[in-house]
Amino acid sequence: MKLDLNINGKSVSVDVPPDMPLLWVLRDVLQMHGTKFGCGAGQCGACTVHMRGRAVKSCQVQASAAAGAPIVTIEGLTASGTHPLQEIWRELDVPDCGYCQGGQIMAAAALLATTPAPTDAQIDTAMNGNICRCGTYVRIREGIHRAAVVAAANNKKGTL
Amino acid sequence: MSAVVLDRRSFLRVSALAGGGLMIAAYIEPVAKVLAQGRGGGGPAPVPNAFIKIARDGTVTIIAKNPEIGQGVKQSLPMMIADELDVDWKSVKVEQGDLDAKYGQQSAGGSTAVPTNWVGMRQIGAAARQMLVASAAATWSVPETELTTASGKVLHAKSNKSIGYGELADKALTMTPPDPSTVKLKDPKDYKIIGQRITGVDNEAIVTGKPLFGIDATVPGMQYAVIQRAPVFGAKATSANLDQIKALPGVKQAFIVEPVTAQQGQNVQTIAWGGVAIVGDSWWLVNQARAQLKVEWSQQPNATDDSAAFKKMAADLAPKLPAQASRNDGDVEKALAGAAKTVEGAYFYPYLSHAPLEPMNATVSVKDGKCEIWAGTQTPANGARQVAQALGLQQSDITLHMFRIGGSFGRRLQNDFIVDAALIAKQAGVPVHLQWTREDDMRHDWYRAAGFHFLKGGVDASGKLVAWRNHFVAPTGSSLGAGEFPARFVPNYAMYTSPIQSGVPTGAMRAPGSNGIAFVMQSFMDELAHAAGKDPLQFRLDLLSGPLVEAAPNPAAGGRGGGAPGWDPARMRAVIELVRDKSGWGKTNLPKGTAMGVAFHFSHAGYFAEVAQVAVDANKKVRVDKIWVAADIGRQIVNPLNSEAQVQSAVIDGMSQLMGWEVTIKNGAAVEGNFDEYQPVRMRNAPKEINVHFLQTDNNPTGLGEPALPPILPAIANAIFTVTGDRVRTLPLFKSGYQWA
Repeated sequence: MKLDLNINGKSVSVDVPPDMPLLWVLRDVLQMHGTKFGCGAGQCGACTVHMRGRAVKSCQVQASAAAGAPIVTIEGLTASGTHPLQEIWRELDVPDCGYCQGGQIMAAAALLATTPAPTDAQIDTAMNGNICRCGTYVRIREGIHRAAVVAAANNKKGTL
Repeated sequence: MSAVVLDRRSFLRVSALAGGGLMIAAYIEPVAKVLAQGRGGGGPAPVPNAFIKIARDGTVTIIAKNPEIGQGVKQSLPMMIADELDVDWKSVKVEQGDLDAKYGQQSAGGSTAVPTNWVGMRQIGAAARQMLVASAAATWSVPETELTTASGKVLHAKSNKSIGYGELADKALTMTPPDPSTVKLKDPKDYKIIGQRITGVDNEAIVTGKPLFGIDATVPGMQYAVIQRAPVFGAKATSANLDQIKALPGVKQAFIVEPVTAQQGQNVQTIAWGGVAIVGDSWWLVNQARAQLKVEWSQQPNATDDSAAFKKMAADLAPKLPAQASRNDGDVEKALAGAAKTVEGAYFYPYLSHAPLEPMNATVSVKDGKCEIWAGTQTPANGARQVAQALGLQQSDITLHMFRIGGSFGRRLQNDFIVDAALIAKQAGVPVHLQWTREDDMRHDWYRAAGFHFLKGGVDASGKLVAWRNHFVAPTGSSLGAGEFPARFVPNYAMYTSPIQSGVPTGAMRAPGSNGIAFVMQSFMDELAHAAGKDPLQFRLDLLSGPLVEAAPNPAAGGRGGGAPGWDPARMRAVIELVRDKSGWGKTNLPKGTAMGVAFHFSHAGYFAEVAQVAVDANKKVRVDKIWVAADIGRQIVNPLNSEAQVQSAVIDGMSQLMGWEVTIKNGAAVEGNFDEYQPVRMRNAPKEINVHFLQTDNNPTGLGEPALPPILPAIANAIFTVTGDRVRTLPLFKSGYQWA
């Protein structure tokens, strides 16, 4: 089935079964490998992307449901890798193995977009669907808090 | 564990770099001098090796030779070279090396990278630096003694001259490199990179979603593959509805893959389990086709393996002590009979799956008698050897490109998924990317073995531990060293082992031989402390302060848990005292329903004592508020940033094991298949504070990937007991009605 997708601000046409999960459209059809496969069951969050601005598990979104909706992946979160979360992730050395971190950043970015200064409890809720098997949670939490501060400062300066 | 010092048979070789510059290679023959340490020497020494490239513009490239599984070795070993070479870390590029004999030992496991490379890597950097100094001396006709180095330059203070390393390349090519074993290493106070908080070299790729892991590998003409393995371990496919499968959308080929056994050291072992492969141009479609697959599997004797049956067998065996003890110090029966108080405890830890977040995968091309592999593995040399065995090729016919690994925890010590992929690629006649599902991964692991421990201990009227008896009932693959703690520290100690036959494949998992065992020993230790009416932390210090029992038989070298020679009670006491002081043990007023628990463990040459502050409510909801970890892994923390991360990681990993993880065996197969049935710790369960304190002692640096894990399980369980009075002796805790708050 021919589907028109909008990924990272670009229109792309793909010919895939309508029920193929968005995850596999991204990875195997479009060769965009930043979105990771971890469980295929919406349990781990390694495949988190934004759809219409919300964090979704792309292994649970059928290609036909994604058609036409603005999709943002980790590759397109920012053009130059300068989202406050990306900056802080480098600085705090959040990743261990790093496999889950694209999904963690996407989930956290969706949280910050709606909740500019999240509490610990809001972070717990928003990040509950993202497993870090290496256990980097202490640094992920700190990273989100710090990125919130940076984002607020950037907003004041009108840079983001 | 052993440390390698480059000896006179090691040498540097210098060659020109394409496009100008200098390539420095260290070659070391595998007879390097071994410093026995910790777990004792023995066996051929791992040989460090390294390549340094210095471009004309001064850019320094260091090859990272070992597999990166998140333990930070891609920084820590290059940091050692770069510091002695005296270059700025920001001018260093780190490149992952492929599998190549020229790099010497390339593996990840056993927390060995730092201890085995600590001397050799620095010597290589220092020797390269000395050669560059000699080159500058010859260029300027000044004595080497007048020269210094800094930031990738050689400096001559007298004439106020300086020259970049890259500019010395042509001259260096004419010099005879120094013998690395003779070079002077830096005084640790002069380190500029070692000991600094260095961030991960792959962070940029990680946070921007660049391809990096084995799962991201693509090669021209590649097709996607899945393999359906037998649910029952060891069964093979005898027939399948292949024609029907081949007619499904997206499927190009479907065929049976035969299992392969091959000589591995002294044993013949299964290196590929076989099954039914489906190959096509969309992974999702070939995986969808599996739903239609109908396979006849061979009958297996282990098809009756069952966790509940194992439990019953163990309970039946418990009172029947074998005639022969594997260790028997003093007279344990007499001491138990004469003890003021005795305690009995039946402990259990289950089979565990490693569950790395990146499911097993490999990309393989087999063509014209050669095989090329793109994959993440902790033991790439074993992988290449096994692929050669399976395909009937020479190991020299195999090329293996090493990728960053999306978690491993010991799973990728085994290369069965790579051998599967190679067999499929050969039979399919095209390069394939074999991708397992999460369920494949969880149900076809090399599991941490389950174990049953039936313990009895006794304390005398003064509260001193006088007797300890353990009857260990061990399903196949489960083991316990005869020197396991508290051997040597208790005058009357006996250990017995009774086996149970099981066909479940088992393998090493982070802190093998310690991860479940520490839970048992340090929980039972707590039981005895409470029976003695003693403070649990002081009880442990007292035990470690007593005279050592040196009785026959000698504990086996390699006993990672405790009693082996080299286990220094003074170092353990010091970390217990440190964690006591840092946590405010016994001095902190805690709210009702909150308590601290303590535990310690020695493994992988590291001394670790940990305190957990834990709240438990009336509904058995558990919240871990704070953790304190005190550790002695020697005199130098190579990368404090990464070291803290490794400890945090071990704490979270141990919490998952404690609360949530069991792989159940039923009808010879693993039951749990995905994270909903095998819940790891999530953000809201993680402690807000994990405080890490390194006690730096004058001992050679040792590894950190593993030894922080074992004590965390009993530290939390002991805190739960103090709050609730409930001593949970069976893992995981959720089976006893507990859950995270």
